Amino acid sequence: MKNVKKTRRRDFTTYGIVVAAYIVMQALIMTDHITNSLKNQLIPICVYICMAVSLNLVVGILGDLSLGHAGFMSVGAFSGIVVSMSLQNAIPSGTVRLILAIAVGAMTAAIVGVLVGVPVLRLRGDYLAIVTLAFGEIIKNILTNLYVGVDVNGLHISFKDAMSMGMGLDGKTIINGPIGAVGVTKLASFTAGFILIMVTLVITLNLVNSRSGRAIKAIRDNRIAAESVGINITKYKLLAFVISAALAGMAGALYGLNYSGLAAKKFDFNTSILVLVFVVLGGIGNIRGSIIAATVLTVLPEMLRAMQDYRMLIYAIVLILVMLITNNPTLKGYLDLAKTKLTGRAKDPGAAAAEGGADHGE
Amino acid sequence: MMGLISSLINGISLGSVYAIIALGYTMVYGIAKMLNFAHGDVIMVGAYICFCGISYLSLPPVLAIALAIVACTALGIVIEGLAYKPLRSAPSLAVLITAIGVSYFLQNSALLIWKSDPKVFPTIFNMQPLQFFDGRLTISGVTLVTVLCCIVVMVCLTLFISRSKIGKAMRAVSEDKVAAQLMGINVNRTISVTFAIGSGLAAVAGVLLCSAYPVLTPTTGSMPGIKAFTAAVFGGIGSVPGAMLGGILLGVIELLAKSYISTQFSDAIVFAVLIVVLLIRPTGILGKKISEKV
Repeated sequence: MKNVKKTRRRDFTTYGIVVAAYIVMQALIMTDHITNSLKNQLIPICVYICMAVSLNLVVGILGDLSLGHAGFMSVGAFSGIVVSMSLQNAIPSGTVRLILAIAVGAMTAAIVGVLVGVPVLRLRGDYLAIVTLAFGEIIKNILTNLYVGVDVNGLHISFKDAMSMGMGLDGKTIINGPIGAVGVTKLASFTAGFILIMVTLVITLNLVNSRSGRAIKAIRDNRIAAESVGINITKYKLLAFVISAALAGMAGALYGLNYSGLAAKKFDFNTSILVLVFVVLGGIGNIRGSIIAATVLTVLPEMLRAMQDYRMLIYAIVLILVMLITNNPTLKGYLDLAKTKLTGRAKDPGAAAAEGGADHGE
Repeated sequence: MMGLISSLINGISLGSVYAIIALGYTMVYGIAKMLNFAHGDVIMVGAYICFCGISYLSLPPVLAIALAIVACTALGIVIEGLAYKPLRSAPSLAVLITAIGVSYFLQNSALLIWKSDPKVFPTIFNMQPLQFFDGRLTISGVTLVTVLCCIVVMVCLTLFISRSKIGKAMRAVSEDKVAAQLMGINVNRTISVTFAIGSGLAAVAGVLLCSAYPVLTPTTGSMPGIKAFTAAVFGGIGSVPGAMLGGILLGVIELLAKSYISTQFSDAIVFAVLIVVLLIRPTGILGKKISEKV
């Protein structure tokens, strides 16, 4: 019982941090104490937080490496854009259209998640990772050649070129193949981003602490043992995978409606990797860590803008150094030592000794 | 008919490049159990060095290629020593992220040194195209050289791995690291040698790739890297013959898809074939079956 309370308290701290950050940012915006570049970063930060949390569900909680998360994001983004743009005349309210776009984005991504998940989850380890990568590339390739337009008769879709959609004279192209979505009405707002983060967190944290969540973690820790106590592996794996895809679709829809134009090649392998970096640096399976890492690492390249051309180089070096410091036994030993000196107490003497021993092993 | 043969030959040529890159992935995976995502960028560095050797230092092509191979081998050893060796006992995801960091580092260093404007790779293999069947079938010199290079690399590498002492050590380490160490094999050095060979091969692949598609940018290596990685998995990652087979099959499938199905969707088709193959054989074509111990 005590344990349950502890997780609940931890979850509420996470919610609290997000709400506090939102209030502080809003106050800064009201009083005009925020630079323009940071202001432009607010919605991408919200989107990447949702992406990182949802990917953490697969990588951290389910324990499967996914390298195609950007694929679900792009599905959400493009379906959200199509919904929002095609309903422009029917529904004048931007907020309603934004909500609809996010809902449809989530649904489409969930459907794609099922299609991808059923074959992918039969595989394991690095093979699973490469197949998610392959699906991400397939989604990107299909969306790059997708043409969608709308006229009085409804939606027109083609995979060849804009002409073959056969639209009427009043037709309007929404997605124009390799150029991507054009002339999108920006609907996203920081508040919408904040609400999306809260929704993502509520869904993820409640799932993790539920019966299903415990089953998913059991599969991660020992698949065979989990199967032998009667946990339906396929069902729970698919559940986690599809929820993760749907959350990524929501984030994608918000992202898509934050820009006036968006090409499918934005959602390539590098974007998937970017989100994976957030998850790993924040701590695998640690939701709060994902939020912090996504925020810091989205802001960091902006902060380094003064360094101009060197900023991505510095980003790369920081990435390598952080991985080395947190994972190399010797360096980690120094880090723990520094922590002990600072806080005045040892974290876990047993673990430190074990790590010290490992130094001499190699 | 001639079109088909021509596509096949071009496919084998493209596949040869993939195969040489895939060898680097698969050897490193077999020994260090890590996905070296920076491998694709070593290809790019190799191509740039060869480009500089010819264009700026006006070296003869053979020397420029040799320079690229030596530089990439050294680069491979340095990357392994600085970034991967300290993480030998770390979780595989940490190593993966480090490899991605190295990949960013190489790409952005190249961007700073050589700028983002595409460089036109000089013609190295200046050969007359061969003509068969009264000119109905033409094979360009580059295609032929690429295939020949691939055959030479494969034969040498197979001999090296099966006959030489280091090759035997490599096989032993990939089989069982601890047991190999107990037999007096220097595991760390063996892993470094594997990286060195893989990176040297990457330089060869870079030169061949840029001879066939002579546009060079800091991201030149990314897509071939991903494709070759796919090829390595396709053939069964960790298996050297698997990487060769996977690479060539991937190249042929890509070219056939481009000529006969759809140019735009050729990438999607390649990856779809990979998925189908992995669903039928979950560890690749020539991969070892993983037996599970409870």
